[in-house]
Amino acid sequence: MASDYLPLLILILLAAGFGVIAIGLPTLLGPRERNNQKLEPYESGIIPFSDARRRFPVKYYLVAMLFLIFDIEVIFLYPWAAVLRDLRLFALVAMIPFFIVLVVGFLYEWKKGALDWD
Amino acid sequence: MLELAWLILVFPALGALVNLFVGDRLGERGIHVVASGMVVLSFVVSLGLFFGLAGLDEHHRTATVHLWDWITVGSFHAPAALLIDPLSVTMALVVTGVGALIHIYAGGYMHGEQNFQRFFVYLNFFILAMLVLILSNNFVGMFVGWEGVGLASYLLIGFYFDRHDESYGHYADAGKKAFLVNRIGDFGMLLAVFLIWTSVGSVVFEEVHHGAGALTAGAATAICLLLLLAATGKSAQLPLFVWLPDAMAGPTPVSALIHAATMVTAGIYMVARTHFLWELAPVAGGLAAWVGGLTALMAATIALTQVDLKKILAYSTISQLGYMMLGVGVGAYAFAIFHLVTHAFFKALLFLAAGNVMHGLPGGELDIRKMGNLRAKMPTTFWLFLIGASALAGLPIFSGFFSKDGILLHVANFNIPLYLIGLFTALLTAIYSFRAVFMAFLGEARDQHVHDHAHESPAVMTRPLWVLAFLAVVGGALNLPVLLTMEHYLEAAVGAPAFHPNVTMEFVLLAVSAVVAVAGVGLAYGRYVKGPSTGVGRISGGVARLVSPLELVARNKWYVDEFYAAWIVGPLLGLSVWFNQVVDQGVVDRAVNLVGQVSLSLGGNLRKMHNGLVPTYALSLFCGVVALLLWFVIGG
Amino acid sequence: MDTALLFDNAVVLLPELVLAVGVMVLMMVDIGRRGQNGSQLLAGLSVAILLLGIGASVMIWGRAPVEYLDGAISDGFALSVRLVILIAGVLGVLLSRNWFPAIERQGGAFYSLHLLAVIGMMLMGTATNLIVLFIALEIFSLALYILSGFYRENARSIEAAMKYFLLGAFASTFFVYGCALLYGAGGSSKFTQIHETLATGGGNPSLVLPGIALLLVGFGFKVSLVPFHMWTPDVYQGAPTPVTAFMSVGTKAAAFAGFFRLMMTALPSFHDQWAMPLAILAVLTMTVGNLTALRQSSVKRMLAYSGIAHAGNILIALVAGTAAASSAAAFYLFAYAFMNIGAFTVTIALERQYGNENDVEQSRLAGAAERFPVLAAAMAIFMLSLSGIPPLAGFFGKFLVFKAAVEAGWAWLVVIGVLNSAVSAYYYLRIVVAMYFQQPEQAGDEKEQPFVPASRSSVFVVVVSVLAVVVIGLQPGLWADLLRGLGQ
Repeated sequence: MASDYLPLLILILLAAGFGVIAIGLPTLLGPRERNNQKLEPYESGIIPFSDARRRFPVKYYLVAMLFLIFDIEVIFLYPWAAVLRDLRLFALVAMIPFFIVLVVGFLYEWKKGALDWD
Repeated sequence: MLELAWLILVFPALGALVNLFVGDRLGERGIHVVASGMVVLSFVVSLGLFFGLAGLDEHHRTATVHLWDWITVGSFHAPAALLIDPLSVTMALVVTGVGALIHIYAGGYMHGEQNFQRFFVYLNFFILAMLVLILSNNFVGMFVGWEGVGLASYLLIGFYFDRHDESYGHYADAGKKAFLVNRIGDFGMLLAVFLIWTSVGSVVFEEVHHGAGALTAGAATAICLLLLLAATGKSAQLPLFVWLPDAMAGPTPVSALIHAATMVTAGIYMVARTHFLWELAPVAGGLAAWVGGLTALMAATIALTQVDLKKILAYSTISQLGYMMLGVGVGAYAFAIFHLVTHAFFKALLFLAAGNVMHGLPGGELDIRKMGNLRAKMPTTFWLFLIGASALAGLPIFSGFFSKDGILLHVANFNIPLYLIGLFTALLTAIYSFRAVFMAFLGEARDQHVHDHAHESPAVMTRPLWVLAFLAVVGGALNLPVLLTMEHYLEAAVGAPAFHPNVTMEFVLLAVSAVVAVAGVGLAYGRYVKGPSTGVGRISGGVARLVSPLELVARNKWYVDEFYAAWIVGPLLGLSVWFNQVVDQGVVDRAVNLVGQVSLSLGGNLRKMHNGLVPTYALSLFCGVVALLLWFVIGG
Repeated sequence: MDTALLFDNAVVLLPELVLAVGVMVLMMVDIGRRGQNGSQLLAGLSVAILLLGIGASVMIWGRAPVEYLDGAISDGFALSVRLVILIAGVLGVLLSRNWFPAIERQGGAFYSLHLLAVIGMMLMGTATNLIVLFIALEIFSLALYILSGFYRENARSIEAAMKYFLLGAFASTFFVYGCALLYGAGGSSKFTQIHETLATGGGNPSLVLPGIALLLVGFGFKVSLVPFHMWTPDVYQGAPTPVTAFMSVGTKAAAFAGFFRLMMTALPSFHDQWAMPLAILAVLTMTVGNLTALRQSSVKRMLAYSGIAHAGNILIALVAGTAAASSAAAFYLFAYAFMNIGAFTVTIALERQYGNENDVEQSRLAGAAERFPVLAAAMAIFMLSLSGIPPLAGFFGKFLVFKAAVEAGWAWLVVIGVLNSAVSAYYYLRIVVAMYFQQPEQAGDEKEQPFVPASRSSVFVVVVSVLAVVVIGLQPGLWADLLRGLGQ
């Protein structure tokens, strides 16, 4: 019953606590010195030369989205592979339509030119 | 044969529809042929029904022709079905027979009228509604016909809705008056039907008849009193008779058909049809008898003083309907129907003859003071009118004599004062009917202009009248002892009378009636032929001082209209003005407008909420989430 | 596990499978075609696929309801809803055929998305499992987001798609959270299993009610119940009109089907708790929808608010929660499909007359009866049917729903419903009045415009819709027998 969820509650408290501590502790302990260099966004040590909020070509998004879709599908394949030994033929047959759909989608995006950069 | 009964309704309906849609292409003659032909066909069907019924066993002369289930709501069931029994067949024969003759006559009378087509559409519609009224096997169907004839009557009284004159005022108002007064009666009818439905659980006559035994005396009396109210409206009895004289504003064939021969007798028919209820409610029956008797007397006194030929006939109709009401009130249903039939013959005859007079005189003159010696100009009409008047006066041998006496005979057994009233009314009837004959047709011509231009009517307007005249003379034979006993024939439908007079009494009373009728004619002869020929014949001398106030009252129709105007119509109008201005416009209209305005302004405000911004929308959604969660978590 | 399980009862999903295969064929044909041509071919192919789907539905009509892999069922209710959705789909494709420029270039994408939306909607009606339910919801939602923005030349269309997507995503999160809570409560994602667990005292009942609340948000958003309805007018107005016509019917049918099945098979034992808030939502939805519709000047927005009000009416059936009520709702949706799509089709035809604005102002309808007598007559029939005037189809929809609600003891709700119908008559009849009894303001230049004939396929849709509205109205018994509710 409700007590089954106690670990969940503890986890939530821990997560929230970690955040609070991680942000709160430095403000308590660290020295505060405000100058221009300190207030710059952190860019892996390189001094930023322009505003980060700028327009990117839509192709980045397109590729990102397509990557995401196929990435997730691969992630779906991983647990499938892990239990294939137990499920045997059932899982193998069930995966066939999945692959067909995947291939059709892939063909479609390829032929439609979604993968062409130019 | 009886299964074909529905044809009787189809023909007039067909006639009305044909004339309505293609009448303008048929021309006058075509319209007339279609309209009359359809009613003649209905009459033939009625004859067929009559013989079909005659072929049945004497004690089971009744048949129901089920057409379709009309209304079925829960346990309420009203079929569309026709009840064929001696009573309805008799009525159907009268309605279609007299109706056919009047249709034929009207072709001549309405010749050249602008709205010839409309007239015959209405007339056929009336026949249809009347047949629905008398043939329905249940109260709801009867009510449909009841309202239908009311509508036809309204339309036909106001047929000349654009006319206006001294004796009727605006003709359209006459129709309105008839309609409104009849509404009061209809109200009684509806309540009675509701009461029957709630207390018996059926509206079919046959089932109500069988279930009537379960009624308490109180319920039966209440039902019958409401039915009486309905009858006083439709059959122009006290206190609702005021519409019928004004109804004479309609064309004369209409007066003959609707306001003399058929529709106004619907109340009598309805009482006869529901006789099984009245037998349970002697109080209501007694009241009906007194209403009838007093109406007969009062209308006769008024008829005595009228100078308009059609109004004399109108009041005589009220008076004769009073007799019929008296008859059904004392339980002499068969005789009341008998009188209804003979009355239909002679009163239709009288009205149509009066129509001939009107048609033949310049300007449609109807004032008997301006007539005199019309016999010389329109001999045929004279003889026809004379026959009608004799029958109305109840001169021996003529039909009215037998039928009226049948009623008086039963009244004598019921209540002597009522009998005396009836007898006195018979005397008055003889006087006023012959007053009309003498003043119009005999004596000297009092208005030379009118006399000079008078002419006889064409054959189409006299021939149907001879048929009616023949019936008015021999109609009494319908109830000839032993040979043709209509009384006996009707027993299957209205039950046998409780009272069987012995032969001696019958003959004594017959003799008394004959003497009274003849005496009345003699009095009229003395006053209107031998007496001063100038005016209506004022009574002079010592008697005058005694009679003249009474005469004044009678001439002014007992001030009933004035009473209604002052005490009912006036206050009601005042109340409606108040309702209109204060309640309706002030409260109801404003409330309705307010609802509309509030809806619109609410709509306007709600529209503004949809401002097109996603954050607003998300906020609305989020508020919904919070509200639902609160409801389920806290409320649940 | 046994491989045979995959094939046993797969016939349950035959219409969905037909469409799924069809979509893939369509996509392959699309990439195979050369240049810009062939869009008409794709439309024809789509119609053929949808008709095959209808054929498949008819084929499995009347079979004993069986479940496929604990996730989908094809009972009478599912088949009824499928029929409504497939009809809406066919009519929607026919309307889109000639509608907007993008369809020439991207017909393949458009029709595939259209068919995918149909698949998702149909799956929603068959789902007996929270996961399938959610996936179905997302399949058709994602497709519709894109379809709404398909008229890319029109800023409003893109705006509509963006709004729909943002708010839809928002609502979906609540929905999936509700699913999670319900799973937590019943220990299963299968409706009947949840019911059994909870009814026998197991599970975690305290999570049920918050779960219902959150699921309500998701469903409420899809069928546009107040206060989750805000997107409706903007999206209906902005989306290409053929898409609006299709989704106004399809989304409602699908979401209500899922809603009914979830509430009536997984949570019937909580009926006492969820009926009242749903009743309040119904009252709010009907009232706000009708009142706001009173003040709309655009025909499409007016129809959007009218759609909101109709959702309120159908919700009354769910409040009643009886088998008869669910079949009444199926009938209502069936009737609504024709009259609503019909009304949008007339709007499309009028758009063409007035220069392809993707909307029609009500003021331009003045005197339309003289210029376009046939369109006006059809519109009048649809408006009368939508306002529920007998003997048209819409009347019987309302009548059956109200009747079921009264029988279940919700008379007060029906009274409010009837009052709302009276209000709705005002704005529906206003269209009729404008078309028939008003004179166009600038009579001169309106008449000079040449008459643009409606496309043949829209004429076909109008004719079919008028016939259906009249025939359903004249023979309601026939269709009421055909369309089944849950557990019938």
